[in-house]
Amino acid sequence: MFAYTMRRLLMLIPVLAGMTLITFSIVHLIPGNPAQVILGETATETAIQDLEESMGLNESYPIQYGVYVTDLLQGDLGTSLRSKAEISTEILPRLAATFELTFFAIIFAVIIGVNAGIISAWKQNSWFDFLAMLFALVGVSIPIFWLALMEQWIFAQELGWLPAYGRENSRDPIEPITYFYVLDSLLHLDFSRTIGVLKHLVLPSIALGTIPMAIIARMTRSSMLEVMHSDYIRTVRAKGASQFLVIYKHALKNAVIPVLTVIGLQTGVLLGGAILTETIFSWPGVGRYVYEAINYRDYPVIQSGILVIAFLFVIINLIVDLLYSYIDPRIKY
Amino acid sequence: MKPRFWLLMVFVALALVVVACSGDDDSDAAGDSDGSTGEDTEANSGSDGEDVLVFARGGDSESLDPGSTTDGESSRVTRQVLESLLDFDKESFEVVPGLAEDWEVSDDGLNYTFYLEEGVTFHDGTDFNAEAVKTNFERWADPEHEYAFEEEGYVYSMYGTMFGGYQGDDSHVIEKINVVNDHEIEFVLKQPLGYFLQNMAMSYFAITSPAALEEYGPQINENPVGTGPFKFESWTKDDSIELSKFEDYRKDGLPKVDSVVFEVIPDNAARLIALQSGEIDIMDGLNPDDAETVEAEEGVELYTRSENNVGYVGFNTQKEPLNQVEVRRAINHAIDRQAIAEAMYAGYAQPAKNPLPPSYMGYNDDVEGYEYDVEKAKSLLAEAGYEDGMEIELWTMPVARPYMPDPETVAEIVQNNLSEVGIEVSIVREEWAPYLEKTLQGEQEMFMLGWSGTNGDPDYFMSSLLHGDNVGSSNRTFYENDEVDELLNQAKTSIDQDERAELYKEAQTLISEDAPMVPLVHSEPVLAAASYVENYVPHPSTSESLAEVELAN
Repeated sequence: MFAYTMRRLLMLIPVLAGMTLITFSIVHLIPGNPAQVILGETATETAIQDLEESMGLNESYPIQYGVYVTDLLQGDLGTSLRSKAEISTEILPRLAATFELTFFAIIFAVIIGVNAGIISAWKQNSWFDFLAMLFALVGVSIPIFWLALMEQWIFAQELGWLPAYGRENSRDPIEPITYFYVLDSLLHLDFSRTIGVLKHLVLPSIALGTIPMAIIARMTRSSMLEVMHSDYIRTVRAKGASQFLVIYKHALKNAVIPVLTVIGLQTGVLLGGAILTETIFSWPGVGRYVYEAINYRDYPVIQSGILVIAFLFVIINLIVDLLYSYIDPRIKY
Repeated sequence: MKPRFWLLMVFVALALVVVACSGDDDSDAAGDSDGSTGEDTEANSGSDGEDVLVFARGGDSESLDPGSTTDGESSRVTRQVLESLLDFDKESFEVVPGLAEDWEVSDDGLNYTFYLEEGVTFHDGTDFNAEAVKTNFERWADPEHEYAFEEEGYVYSMYGTMFGGYQGDDSHVIEKINVVNDHEIEFVLKQPLGYFLQNMAMSYFAITSPAALEEYGPQINENPVGTGPFKFESWTKDDSIELSKFEDYRKDGLPKVDSVVFEVIPDNAARLIALQSGEIDIMDGLNPDDAETVEAEEGVELYTRSENNVGYVGFNTQKEPLNQVEVRRAINHAIDRQAIAEAMYAGYAQPAKNPLPPSYMGYNDDVEGYEYDVEKAKSLLAEAGYEDGMEIELWTMPVARPYMPDPETVAEIVQNNLSEVGIEVSIVREEWAPYLEKTLQGEQEMFMLGWSGTNGDPDYFMSSLLHGDNVGSSNRTFYENDEVDELLNQAKTSIDQDERAELYKEAQTLISEDAPMVPLVHSEPVLAAASYVENYVPHPSTSESLAEVELAN
């Protein structure tokens, strides 16, 4: 297990090197001159040239890339052209915001999705199965922005139960420590604020988690059905085990492996794909950070943002792979 | 699978807590975190009962160093923290005292003396004086200045635009700045500038504490220190900016609220929902289509900003066939401005005939403009040799702007209008940054864009959009007319405002004949606020002081 983990970690190095090259190249293929964009429409030619020079945009690509990687290795993600602030300090609170949202979205997706899938498989062809799979079908095809707006309209505007935007009550902000607001409010021993923060998480988590929930439900159902028809389950049943025990103790363990793959992939997708949800719920996450940066041709932020997201994606996949061999020792590489 | 079961229990518990807490009354929607019953009267207060005003907008500020940005979302905030020597009247661009109580202009228009208010302190406790004013202006004018932060990429482009360039440029109008005494400062100009006082009232030229420039260096854009009614507290990027009341503000009794939070809510519909559910107090950038809803609804009020912009379809006047004036006039006749104003702006816009908005000094109402007339358009086209029609490209903006809330649909209406006179329009779509860049380089045939005023002076519209010197910068029609240029130059250097008005009127007549663009509409951007918000007056410049705003409970 240890050797395997180390081997997987070493394999990260070429992957990460490739990623830096790709992010660097993609960004330089985007049309538009950043100096012109920063200085605005009325900038003079000399001002543009000066700025290009001070930003190093006149150097050759290999030199720009070399500088970029050297800085990265020192933990320097660069400076935002737009705000002139260190990207590493700017991106941290956003990463925390995106993590928090993704975490709750995936928890929502897993709990509802896995259980709906199990029950559907258990009660195959029942009305529950039929309804759950109908919901799952709608769930995968629903546009996130529409779902988000409907949620806001019903639960914020009409019923007034839940807040429509942001991470916390802006009239009464939390003093950040870790930037994970649920954690921060707990650290402050301010439980009423924890409830406030959780309430802010409900609608965006559901909006973000609905598609993965539907995918997970379908995956769990088919995986469970397959396992339930296998010989060892028949044996367990023959020994007189209760239905609940059969499903949750014996069947799920084998059925969960393909589901785990889906969960891992979906978590990665959510991390990078939260832009829409973050925009509609004004969630100050890393997706919107990169999106804004693209609008402004803020090269360093685009590079670092994409790199960080890609990095997390790789790490999550690594964790999923490691989990496989933990859950099922037969899986060896 | 025990851990999973445990996780499930935790989630169920959390869900129960959340559901249990959401049964309260409406004020809970405001995320009332103290969990109390929350009477409506407490909805806009923080946990300690202070009045907190929440202002929501679509985008974040770029920089809180006012001179280093041209972005309206930035000045909206800096305006609360920093003040300029002069100010604009609450509702118009009329110049009123700011940090300078009074001022004198020499007869030749070359010397401006400002008398500064005494006993004013910056938020950091240091004194505001003439030396501070001088430091700020020199920092913008001189890229080598120790506080210019050129190496960090700071450019004071608005300074360059409004004062004819930078120190050392021939066209730079400020020759030198003399500190007469602590409270008296003199600006000596190389040549007169008709809108010098207007410039001094712009929020871009607000005065920062020199001690803060020393302390924060290039980080001054995240740590603004001025003399304004509110002090800067914190900034969470893309999320919120918090300001708090400056207790020693120079005007007694102001500001009225204890703190202001500028929230970013990018989605227009979500912003309106947040207002309706009581989470925010004021929202900018309402969809014109939602104005009716807001007007009909109790608890929220509709506000408008007076028109201070023009949305237009420009011609690249140097490209075939648009280099022919008959073709340009024909297109002007073929577009139904009235229909566009009604369909796209829900009535919050008036059809335009000049590039200058009607409220501006020098607006020429005698210009007839081009009425919607399909037959006339056809005969003009025939005159130009295009009786069999033609094909043309129309570039459409990818982003919404106050003067153009839905560019795509406007492009389609124009396309429709022109097809009736035999012009086949193909719509070209580009991303915003390349759109601006390519239209500067003249790749477009017809294109859509607009312009919003910043200092209330006609020069900002007329010269920027149509002066030959600005071809390749803000003049994207590539229109050059020596006679017009001469009129605009005269108007710029004259300090007799009546004379200036006449010159601009003349220029508009010539421009209308040459038809380098189709001025479409002057829009009145709409916004909304909760009914308990009092004394809120939206300013045409898009940034207004919130010092007098009150939350009535």
